[in-house]
Amino acid sequence: MVTVSTTTRSAQELTAQARDVLGVSRLTNSALTSWLHGLPGVDQVGCEGRAAALGTRSIKTTSKAWAIDTAIGMIDLTTLEGADTVGKVRSLCAKALVPDALDPTTPRPAAICVYGDMVATAKAALGDSGIHVAAVATAFPSGRASMPVKLADTRDAVEAGADEIDMVIDRGAFLSGDYLTVFNQIAEVKQACGDTHLKVIMETGELVTYDNVRRASYLSMLAGGDFIKTSTGKVQPAATLPVTLIMLEAVRDWRELTGVQVGVKPAGGIKTTKDAIKYLVMVSEIAGDDWMTPQWFRFGASSLLNDLLLQRQKLATGAYSGADYVTID
Amino acid sequence: MPTFEYAPAPESRAIVTIEKSYGLFIDGAFTRPKATFATINPADETVLAEVSQAGPKDVDKAVAAARRAYEGVWGTMSGAERGKYLFRIARILQERAREFAVLETLDNGKPIKETRDVDVPTAAAHFFYHAGWADKLEYAGLSAGGAEAPRPHGVVGQVIPWNFPLLMLAWKIAPALATGNTVVLKPAETTPLSALLFAEVCQQADLPAGVVNIITGDGRTGQALVEHPDVDKVAFTGSTEVGKMIARSIAGTSKKATLELGGKAANIVFDDAPIDQAVEGIVSGIFFNQGQVCCAGSRLLVQENVHDQVIAKLKRRLGTLRVGDPMDKNSDLGAINSKAQLDRITALVEAGVAEGAERWSPECSLPAKGFWFPPTVLTGVSQTHRVATEEIFGPVLSVLTFRTPQEAVAKANNTAYGLSAGVWTEKGSRILWMADQLKAGVVWANTFNRFDPTSPFGGYKESGYGREGGRHGLEAYVTTAPATSSTQLTGATR
Repeated sequence: MVTVSTTTRSAQELTAQARDVLGVSRLTNSALTSWLHGLPGVDQVGCEGRAAALGTRSIKTTSKAWAIDTAIGMIDLTTLEGADTVGKVRSLCAKALVPDALDPTTPRPAAICVYGDMVATAKAALGDSGIHVAAVATAFPSGRASMPVKLADTRDAVEAGADEIDMVIDRGAFLSGDYLTVFNQIAEVKQACGDTHLKVIMETGELVTYDNVRRASYLSMLAGGDFIKTSTGKVQPAATLPVTLIMLEAVRDWRELTGVQVGVKPAGGIKTTKDAIKYLVMVSEIAGDDWMTPQWFRFGASSLLNDLLLQRQKLATGAYSGADYVTID
Repeated sequence: MPTFEYAPAPESRAIVTIEKSYGLFIDGAFTRPKATFATINPADETVLAEVSQAGPKDVDKAVAAARRAYEGVWGTMSGAERGKYLFRIARILQERAREFAVLETLDNGKPIKETRDVDVPTAAAHFFYHAGWADKLEYAGLSAGGAEAPRPHGVVGQVIPWNFPLLMLAWKIAPALATGNTVVLKPAETTPLSALLFAEVCQQADLPAGVVNIITGDGRTGQALVEHPDVDKVAFTGSTEVGKMIARSIAGTSKKATLELGGKAANIVFDDAPIDQAVEGIVSGIFFNQGQVCCAGSRLLVQENVHDQVIAKLKRRLGTLRVGDPMDKNSDLGAINSKAQLDRITALVEAGVAEGAERWSPECSLPAKGFWFPPTVLTGVSQTHRVATEEIFGPVLSVLTFRTPQEAVAKANNTAYGLSAGVWTEKGSRILWMADQLKAGVVWANTFNRFDPTSPFGGYKESGYGREGGRHGLEAYVTTAPATSSTQLTGATR
């Protein structure tokens, strides 16, 4: 059972708190710009080098087994297709409930991630299993809709019983330097979420530079996001190790600055056990083991689960089985 | 709270076969071992093998073999043919990379991830790079307009240190062979094994006998080699103290020399630096290879207004460094190479504390056997302290502050050395200005300790003279002076 705690915050409270963090009497776009552009820059070569170096850690035997189970428990098992049906979502929920029928000790993923209209279906299928239902909202994936539409989208999912909301930021506003709009939208969605957990998708593949990723991370945390998330999965590149490294540094430094802990969710393109372990190494060595639980770190993934299950079977039996020994859902 | 513990991930040492004892590699073959001394694994003090102490007669034989090879085959071989041998050696180094990495880690004490990811691949890269030059020397701009084509010196005596045994061997042998010289090389007393394995590679590559000779021994062997009358050129990497002795001993002879000596590099962090990457650069600058690097960033010069922030981040980062078994693939720091070096580090750090520096190390448990020193930061260091001026050659960072770019330059240059420096700032114009002002052979911008065969390396002042690597590195191994009868070998560089 995953526990996530969040506080109900009004947009007004969030703005007041942001003024405190920035030390300004009025939260203006220019105040936000000075603050975000005053963050230390990121050297691309150094950042990518550090991520690559962490990727060479050798995780074997008992630590591998531990990492595999930990990673399974951190998955937001995802289906976000136009072709999603009730049947497809139920099948995915069944997989979450029993990831490996051959081994009942297999942990369950943290959540099922679906579009808003599938929340009720997923809730019904998962029952009181403790597996969360996360819904993407705010005109996912592009975010190109008016604020009332985004808020209605959010409320709709919350009312249907979503435990977590994955919103997208307005990348157009961010890239044009209109940070206040991005802030206000996140704060208003947070307010609409009530006590539902809010993940903020920055779509780092569209922000492109690491400086932008760092700024968007700080802006999302300032505006009340409980989690910062890399990608929708609909834009390439999606999650990468260096981008996640910047985000892990951001949540680490944010806690030092404000005392508030924020989670991180890389999503899209993480397909193998090897990849997942590299991410966990980074969580441990950059943010610290305080982030090493589903409460603070998630993988947004669909095919990753099966690779983890295959590797888990391999560790248990000493032999690789094959793709037909895990279920396609 | 769950914690991610890394299970031991030891590299297997089964891949490499270490003989009980080794002779000298002279004229293409190993001699019978004699007058042997032990080389040990500094991580646990076990004996790895016995190696021979080469005496003056052995040096004579090695130099004579090199002379014969130079006059008989190597000096007259076309550049294209020499290049083929170098390419072959480079490929064999790659094929046997794991073997070399394991052996180097056992003999030196540095972590396997460094020998695997840096030492061995960079050594192979030096052979590949210089293989390419072998048939292009006439077009390398080594002769002033109208001067004679570049020719080799003849027999080169090379003495290398223990901090990068195979890599220093490659830095020395690759350019010497590419330019048509033959070589007698003496590896360091405490790390002879990778050089002896390299001798096997020479055999495997069918390198003509005598082109490369490897003689082991202590400082006396090195001295006999350097002073040998039939050596035409000396190349040395090591301490400034020994470098000065060599310079004195060859003074007044016709021998050419390149000396790559000590350093006390400043790693300069400005307040507009990419701080997280700068912290990484500080770490790799001084803790790479346990700080036993001549160009190590041993003096951190940090702008006073970001001092506390940088030091806090640095300390947190050092808390994640993994110190221990060098053969474990997850070890970031290994053992100090020798008892003597450990004593020197210990004494200098104690002197620093006595002079008023504040000492800090992260919590780490060090193995009971072997030579170990924890990563150490000395804060509150002043220019006048010994730890700010003397080369410690260990995992010890001295932290100083500055207020303006001018002060940073003045402090950085205020040293008897001048090998390397690092500059961390997001301002490109400042990087260029600093690079212009710093009296250091290498200036790294927003990075540190990067080595590439295409880039020349060498020092100012007491850090030595001559360059290694790049086009400039070739200059040390050729002459364009009017030929004398003994060196005139047609086609030598073609």
